[in-house]
Amino acid sequence: MDYEAELLPGTLDLLILKAVSLGPLHGYGVLLRIGQISGRALLIQQGALYPALFRLVRQGLLKASWDKSDNNRRAKYYELTAKGRRRLREETDGWNRLAKAIATALAARPQEI
Amino acid sequence: MTLLAYLSSLAAHFLHRSQTENELEEELRSHIRLRADDLERLGLARSEAEQRARIEFGGEVQVKEKCRDELAGNFIDILIQDLRFSVRMLRKTPGFTAIVVLTMALGIGATTAIFSVVDATLLHPLPYPHAEQLVRIVDDLAGIGAHDVGMSEPEWQDLQHSGIFQYVSPTWYDDNNLTGLSKPGRVSLLIEAPDYFALLGVKPELGRTFPPLDHSPGFTTEAVISDGLWKRTFGGDPAILRKQFRMDTDLYRIVGVMPADFHDPGTSPRERNIEVWAATSFYGPPMSDHPARSGRNLPTAIARLKPGLTIPAAQSRVDALVAALQKQYAGDYPAHMKWKIRLMPLKESVLGDVRQTLTMLLIAVGLVLFIACVNVANLLLARGSVRSREMAIRRALGAGQARLTRQLLTENLLLSLLGGATGLGALFLAKDFLLKLVPETLPRLNEISISWIVLLFALGMSVISGVSFGIAPALSVRRLDLIHALKQEGRGSTGSREQTRSRRTLVITEFAMSLVLLIAAGLLLHSFWDLLNAPLGFNPHSVMTIKTRMPYPNDPKVDKYATAAQQGRFFREVLRRCQQLPGVNESAFSDLGALPLGHDRNNQNPPLPMMIEGRQTQSNEAPLVDESIVTPEYFHLMEMTLRRGRIFNELDTDQAEPVAVINESMAQTFWPNEDAIGKHVKLSRRATKWTTIIGVVANARTESLENVKVPQIYTDLYQRGAKHLVIFLRGDLNAAAIPDAVREQVQSVDPTLPVFSAEMLSNTVSAALDQRRFALEIVGLFALTALLLAAIGIYGVLSFLVNERTHEIGIRLALGAQRRAILQMLLRHGLWLALTGAAVGLVCALALSHFMASALYGVRPTDPMTFGVVLVISIVVALLASYLPARRATRVDPMIALRCD
Repeated sequence: MDYEAELLPGTLDLLILKAVSLGPLHGYGVLLRIGQISGRALLIQQGALYPALFRLVRQGLLKASWDKSDNNRRAKYYELTAKGRRRLREETDGWNRLAKAIATALAARPQEI
Repeated sequence: MTLLAYLSSLAAHFLHRSQTENELEEELRSHIRLRADDLERLGLARSEAEQRARIEFGGEVQVKEKCRDELAGNFIDILIQDLRFSVRMLRKTPGFTAIVVLTMALGIGATTAIFSVVDATLLHPLPYPHAEQLVRIVDDLAGIGAHDVGMSEPEWQDLQHSGIFQYVSPTWYDDNNLTGLSKPGRVSLLIEAPDYFALLGVKPELGRTFPPLDHSPGFTTEAVISDGLWKRTFGGDPAILRKQFRMDTDLYRIVGVMPADFHDPGTSPRERNIEVWAATSFYGPPMSDHPARSGRNLPTAIARLKPGLTIPAAQSRVDALVAALQKQYAGDYPAHMKWKIRLMPLKESVLGDVRQTLTMLLIAVGLVLFIACVNVANLLLARGSVRSREMAIRRALGAGQARLTRQLLTENLLLSLLGGATGLGALFLAKDFLLKLVPETLPRLNEISISWIVLLFALGMSVISGVSFGIAPALSVRRLDLIHALKQEGRGSTGSREQTRSRRTLVITEFAMSLVLLIAAGLLLHSFWDLLNAPLGFNPHSVMTIKTRMPYPNDPKVDKYATAAQQGRFFREVLRRCQQLPGVNESAFSDLGALPLGHDRNNQNPPLPMMIEGRQTQSNEAPLVDESIVTPEYFHLMEMTLRRGRIFNELDTDQAEPVAVINESMAQTFWPNEDAIGKHVKLSRRATKWTTIIGVVANARTESLENVKVPQIYTDLYQRGAKHLVIFLRGDLNAAAIPDAVREQVQSVDPTLPVFSAEMLSNTVSAALDQRRFALEIVGLFALTALLLAAIGIYGVLSFLVNERTHEIGIRLALGAQRRAILQMLLRHGLWLALTGAAVGLVCALALSHFMASALYGVRPTDPMTFGVVLVISIVVALLASYLPARRATRVDPMIALRCD
């Protein structure tokens, strides 16, 4: 578990929503999925994951249920609600706009001013 | 959806608390197991894999705590925890808790008490629907300095048809004789237009009121009675409707009973407690068939504006109407009299000067509450420094700043709520006693109660005070220097410089505010004292006054007291009989106008327009003077001083030339440079004969305690006659037996006359001071409370200072300082606090005291004597409060003081 970059504040919720949108996951699975889809580039503190999951459930973006894992362990699985799906879309759009704006700003050269 | 999710989370939290806990536990354990599975797959042994997984996961307890924080409703848990902890802390220091709770109970209890009065009177003065539409109509003749002169019937009709008002009703408060029952009784009567009840928007509890559109001449033969009269005189007879009774020998049929909680919008307790309502169209017998425009015989009127019309808008339309009428009837309204009709919110007319008194009390009690809060803040700051070690330890163990602040605020709010509850409890217990202090003149006195609005107010005040006195100590946690606080071995008090400074500021504020209150109380006391000692000009002691009243039948032909001569026979016979009652030395008769301080304004005795012989005065321009109609014995009985001329004698009969006695003020007003005796005046426009002035008596405060210079004219009862009568008795009277004895004598002369309102004149005079006395007592009480609290504040700061400086004082003593010097040093400190506070307080008092100018008598708002005395008292108290801790400082044993570090 040696992820490189630290998360920007506020992005953890977005990443969790994204990870879960690809299929129901348990907490540990969320961790692995984020590592996988970020190309092992993002560092997630395990302690921060569960409070975030609880928060998203409270906000009605995720719902949770107990199930058996692949290797026959009992685990709590999270999946997106309709509201969570909508929120993911909005946040993704927002993030893309922001990233593009910042990228444009950073690419600015003296002669363009 | 969000709400649903939140609620289900909340439910999960509270209903399935243990399940939630178990699931959290299991979820984290499954995470570790899953991770260990992966690590095992990478080749680690199971035990090693599990250990590694646990280490990677980090602090399980903290994660759980954070998860719990994310659960809905977690704050409730924290609140309960905080409350539980607060209760434990408060129980650990019962002395401190008791002082704070009692201080707050005092502040909140007193504020709530005053608010309950304000709520019943100022905030809800008129318990009628759409009360904002109700106005009183006041006619002024500004050109001749006459105000509230009443209106005439044609003017009332003009107003009614002006389109400005929904209803206009003259109101004529009167006493009446209830006859035809076993014992003749006096009832308070209101004569009004038939639509009076529709105007107020009230309904009877039984029967009906008057048909609103009735405009037939004279009085209706129907009457509406009060619930009180129904129960008292008619025994609550369920068949009361259609019963008949006689008032002034006229027969009335009862058509309705008003509910017990209905009160008229009058200006005095009597006017608010009407027992019989009779309606009239204000023309036709016994009044004139064609009332004149200039005959202002309707004392006053109330009206309801058309919906949507504001008072200023209505006023400008009334002004236009008045201008038009003045043009149309120029003969009746000479331009120089400046006839004006003023619309006054009915609320104002009912409240009168009560508003000012209550506002003053509200400010005073607000200051007391403020001082109480400051005092408690001071105590909390002092305790804060004792508790800084506890706070430091809790911080060091990981409690967040926000959490500690919240904890302290919870504690302070709890204190304040306990104080509020105690205050309310005390108020409930003392309610009956406190209501006795309230003067009877207060409108809606019976409505004063601890309503839910008052409860809400008390709760609000508790929360506001709790936050305001608790915020400073709570925030001081944020500035806590952990290392420093923890290093303080055992000794609690650290007393940072900043804290000491804020405590001093608080004490100075407190002292300044208490000085403001003391000065207000001092000024009121000074006024009261001056009024009490103002020479009255008459002697009210050992005098009893008893009222009676002759009937005004609607048919003048059946009136057996129509002339002064007919009345005179009655007066002489009653006086002859009274003279023989045990203890009576002197007796006299007068009309109601001669009863000192005892008659209402706008009543049967409006000031008279007077014409002076040889002076050009148009009929309406006549100056107004107060008339008292008395028998000759009145002057000696009242111990009034004759300055010049003579008083009435037996020769001044109704056959003789009319004569009058005037007071010095009247002589000076109308004949400043000549002798008034021998001058002739006419006391009404219709009078045919001139009245000769035969004597001048010294001024007496019979019209108003405050104003000795009211022009007065006294006329002879045997010449003028009167029907609202007062019997005066002087002597060694048995106050319990005399009223019945007098009733017996009067009714043996005429069994139909009521005898009522027996009162010692000294009580009447004293009652005239009721409202002032009330204000004085309350403000005085508050001022003393404030002074006590401020003294406690100074005591607290100095005690704290002495504790803090024990070590320093020990060194000083060891080095040979005189104990006297130590004492002086600390006293000087106390004096400094007091003087600074006093300086601030004096400035505030100077800025504020002119607001109470109209509540004062004979004292300027900046009265140097009051200011001086108050200043000296408060500084002496401050020195006393400083002396106790200062003396303790001088008893410090240098050896012990030095060792204790």
